[in-house]
Amino acid sequence: MENLNKVPIGKKCIVKDLTSSKKERRRMLDLGIVKNTNIEVLYKSPVGDPIAYFIRGAVIALRSEDASKILVDIID
Amino acid sequence: MGLTNKSTGLSLINDNFEVIKFSNNEKIITLAGNPNVGKSTVFNELTGLNQHTGNWPGKTVENAKGFYKYNDNNFILVDIPGTYSLISSSLEEEVARDFICFGNSDTIIIVTDATCLERNLNLVLQVLEVTKKVVVCVNLVDEAKKRKIKIDFDKLSNILGVPVIATSARSRKGLDKLVKSVNDVSFGVVKNKGYEIKYSDIIESEVKKLTNILDSLIKKDINTKFISIKLLDMDDTFHDSLNQFLGFDLMENEEVKNVINDIKNNLEQYDIKNYLFRDEIVSSIIQECEKIYSECVVLENKKYNEKDRKIDKILTSKITGIPIMIILFAFLFWLTITGANYPSEILSKFLFWIQDKLILGLNFLHFPDWLTNVLVMGIYRTLAWVISVMLPPMAIFFPLFTLMEDSGFLPRIAFNLDKFFKKAKAHGKQSLTMIMGIGCNACGVVGCRIIDSPRERLIATLTNSFMPCNGRYPTLIAIITMFFSGVVVSGITSSILSTILLTLIILLAVIMTLFISKLLSKTLLKGIPSSFSLELPPYRKPQIGKVLIRSILDRTLFVLGRAIVIAAPAGLIIWCMANINIYGSSILSYCTNFLDPFGELIGLDGTIIMAFILGFPANEIVIPIIIMSYMATGNIVDLSDLNMLRDLLVNNGWTITTAICMMLFCVFHFPCGTTCLTIKKETGSLKWTVLAFLLPTLIGIILCFLVSSISKLLFM
Ligand SMILES: Nc1nc2c(ncn2[C@@H]2O[C@H](COP(=O)(O)OP(=O)(O)OP(=O)(O)O)[C@@H](O)[C@H]2O)c(=O)[nH]1
Ligand SMILES: [Mg+2]
Repeated sequence: MENLNKVPIGKKCIVKDLTSSKKERRRMLDLGIVKNTNIEVLYKSPVGDPIAYFIRGAVIALRSEDASKILVDIID
Repeated sequence: MGLTNKSTGLSLINDNFEVIKFSNNEKIITLAGNPNVGKSTVFNELTGLNQHTGNWPGKTVENAKGFYKYNDNNFILVDIPGTYSLISSSLEEEVARDFICFGNSDTIIIVTDATCLERNLNLVLQVLEVTKKVVVCVNLVDEAKKRKIKIDFDKLSNILGVPVIATSARSRKGLDKLVKSVNDVSFGVVKNKGYEIKYSDIIESEVKKLTNILDSLIKKDINTKFISIKLLDMDDTFHDSLNQFLGFDLMENEEVKNVINDIKNNLEQYDIKNYLFRDEIVSSIIQECEKIYSECVVLENKKYNEKDRKIDKILTSKITGIPIMIILFAFLFWLTITGANYPSEILSKFLFWIQDKLILGLNFLHFPDWLTNVLVMGIYRTLAWVISVMLPPMAIFFPLFTLMEDSGFLPRIAFNLDKFFKKAKAHGKQSLTMIMGIGCNACGVVGCRIIDSPRERLIATLTNSFMPCNGRYPTLIAIITMFFSGVVVSGITSSILSTILLTLIILLAVIMTLFISKLLSKTLLKGIPSSFSLELPPYRKPQIGKVLIRSILDRTLFVLGRAIVIAAPAGLIIWCMANINIYGSSILSYCTNFLDPFGELIGLDGTIIMAFILGFPANEIVIPIIIMSYMATGNIVDLSDLNMLRDLLVNNGWTITTAICMMLFCVFHFPCGTTCLTIKKETGSLKWTVLAFLLPTLIGIILCFLVSSISKLLFM
C-alpha cells in the first residue's frame, strides 16, 4: 500500500483505506472516495502541490497532506 | 458576478427553512444538485432572471427565488448552492442540505451533469432517501453527446422511480419537458415510486429499531429512516437544524437515547465503530451508484476528456502555468485599457457638449445663477465624470472577466496558486474569492462562503479588499495613463506599458494578500491550513454573445444607477462645500486644509484624502471628486480629456510621487461601504469588520509614507 500523494503521475490506483478523520474524511466520502475507488493521477500544479486526480468522472485536486491520508495500491 | 440589486437581495426563507408563499396555490420547486451542473442556468432560463452563472464549483452561495408559470399554475423556483452530498461540510452546503431536508418544497429538481453522472447519482440517491417528490434533470447532454457518452434515460427513470429529463439548459433544450414533469409531480398527477437504498443487513435491522421509535415521536412529514441514519451518524450541524425543524430535541428523549446507545454497541460488535458507520452508509450508496451507472451509461469513447487533459497540461505545467496566467490577465487589462480609450473620449465630448447646452437652457428658463451652478457644475458634472472616465473601463473589463469565468479557467488559477496559499496557511480557494473581488469586493466577501474552515474564511474576508475591484480599475488606469505611459510614449506602446504597470500593481496586491494572510495566521488567526479539495470542471466555450450583451447591459445600467444615486449627492455636497464661505474661506478649503498635513505626510494631499473619505459609498467617485474639488478652487472650466486633466492635477501640486501614492492608496484603503456592510453581515462581528477596515488602511498609509519619504530623501 502507498500514500496517494507518492503515486507517480499517469498511474492508476485503487483505494484501500482512508486514514483521515472527521471533516477530512467526510470530504473524501463526499467526493466518492471510499474503499475500492479507482483513482488516476493526472498532473501536478506548477509548484508540485496540489495534484489533480481523476475520480469517478471528475477531476479533483488534493493537497499532499490530504492525499497522503488515502492509502492505495497501484494497479498500472 | 458583480454586485447587482438582485445579488444583494433579501434572504427569502424564514427560520423554519420555509419559502414564504404569496398564496396557497403556488408550488415551491427547489433546484438542487452538485456544484457547477447548471442549476442557475436552469433557473435563469425558467424564470427569465439573471442569477450569476460561471464555470466553477461554488458560484452560487446564496438562495435565490424566482417565478414561472405553467398551464396557469404558479411556481416559485428556488436556486440553492451546489452540494456534493447531504453530509455537507461547508456553510453554503449546509444551506443547501437544510433546504432539501427541511424546506417546504413541493418538488425538488435534482440537476445532474450528464458527463459525470456517477458522482452526481450519489446526491440523487441521498435526496431520494428524504423525499419521493423529485424530478431528476440530466443537464449538459450536449456536452455528453460531444464526448460520446450514451445515457439510457428511460432505464434510469425506471430504476430511480422518478422522472428523468434530459436537458441542455443553456440552449433551453428539454426544459419544456422538465417543466411539465415538475408540474405533474407537484400536483400529484404522477405518483413517483421512489427509490430505497439498501444498506447491509445488519445496518438495516439496527436502523429499523430507531425508525420505529421515531415514527411515533415525529409528527411532521419527514422520512424517519433518513433521520435515524443521520442521528446515528452524529452530524452536529444536521442535528441543530433538525431540532429547529422539529421544535424539540430528539436526543433528549430517554428512549431514543437508549436505543441509539444500544444500536451503537451492537454495531461495534460488527466492527462498525462510530466513524465507520458513515463510511458504511456512504459506501453502500456509492456501490448502488456504480451499479446504476454501469446499467444506464455507455462510454463509446473512453478517452472522452483527452482534449481537456491537453489544455490542462499547458495551463498547469511547471514552466508555462503561472506565466500564461499572468499574461492572460495582462491581456484582459490591455483590452480594457485600449478598448476604453475611444468610448471614453466620445462620452466626455458628448457629455460636456450637453453641459453647455444645459447651461444655455437653464439660463433661457431664467433659473437663478446659483441654482444653475448647483445643478450643472455640481451635480451634472460629477455624473459626467463618473460616466466618461469610470464607466467605459468597467463596462469592458466586466464582460471579459465573465467570459473567463465561463471558460473554466478560474479553478485552474486556484490550482496553480494553491501552494502559495498553503504556505501562508490559508485556504486554496482564497484565490477564487480574490478573483471574485476583482469583479467586486462585496461579492468576493460573500464568495468566501466556499471556504469551509472559519479561520481561513476570515483570512480571506479580511484581505479581500486588497484586490482592486472593478470600481477602482478606472482610477488606476487613468493615473497610469496620465502620469506614466501616456507621458513617455503614445499609441500602442503606451497601452502596453500601462498594462505592464497595472499587472505589476495587481501582483503587488496578490503578494500583499499572501503576506498579510500569513501574518494573520501567525497572530490573530493562528492555526493550520485545513484540508480542501478543488474540482477542475471541463472547459466550456463561453456563450460570447450572450455574456457580452447581458453584462454590458446589466453592468452599464447598474453603474449608471449607482452613479446617479451616489455621485449626484456627492457632487452636490462638494459644490456646496466649495461655495459656502465662512469667514472668507469655503468649507471645502477648511476641510482640505485640515487634512493637508496628514495627506502630505503620506505623499498625497488633503483633497485626495477627502475624496477617498467621500468615496466611501462607492470608489467610482474618488477621481471625480478630486477633479471637482480642484476645479472649484481654480478657474479652469473646460476639461475634456485626460491631458487637460493631467494639467489640472499637476497645477495642484501632483508629482510622480503623488501618482504612485495615489495608486497605492487606491489599492490599499478601507473597503467601500457596501463591502463593509457585507463583511459585517458575513462575519456577524463588528470587531472583524473594524479590522477589515483598518488593515488595508494601515497598509496603505505605511506604504505611501515609505514611498513619499524615500522620494523626499532622493529629491531633496
Ligand atoms: N454546454 C452547456 N453548458 C451549460 C449548460 N448548462 C449550464 N452550462 C454552463 O455550465 C456552467 C455552470 O452553470 P451554473 O448554472 O453556474 O451552475 P450551478 O449549478 O448553478 O453552479 P453552482 O452555483 O456553482 O453550484 C456555466 O458556465 C454554464 O454556462 C448546458 O446545457 N450546456
Ligand atoms: Mg448556481
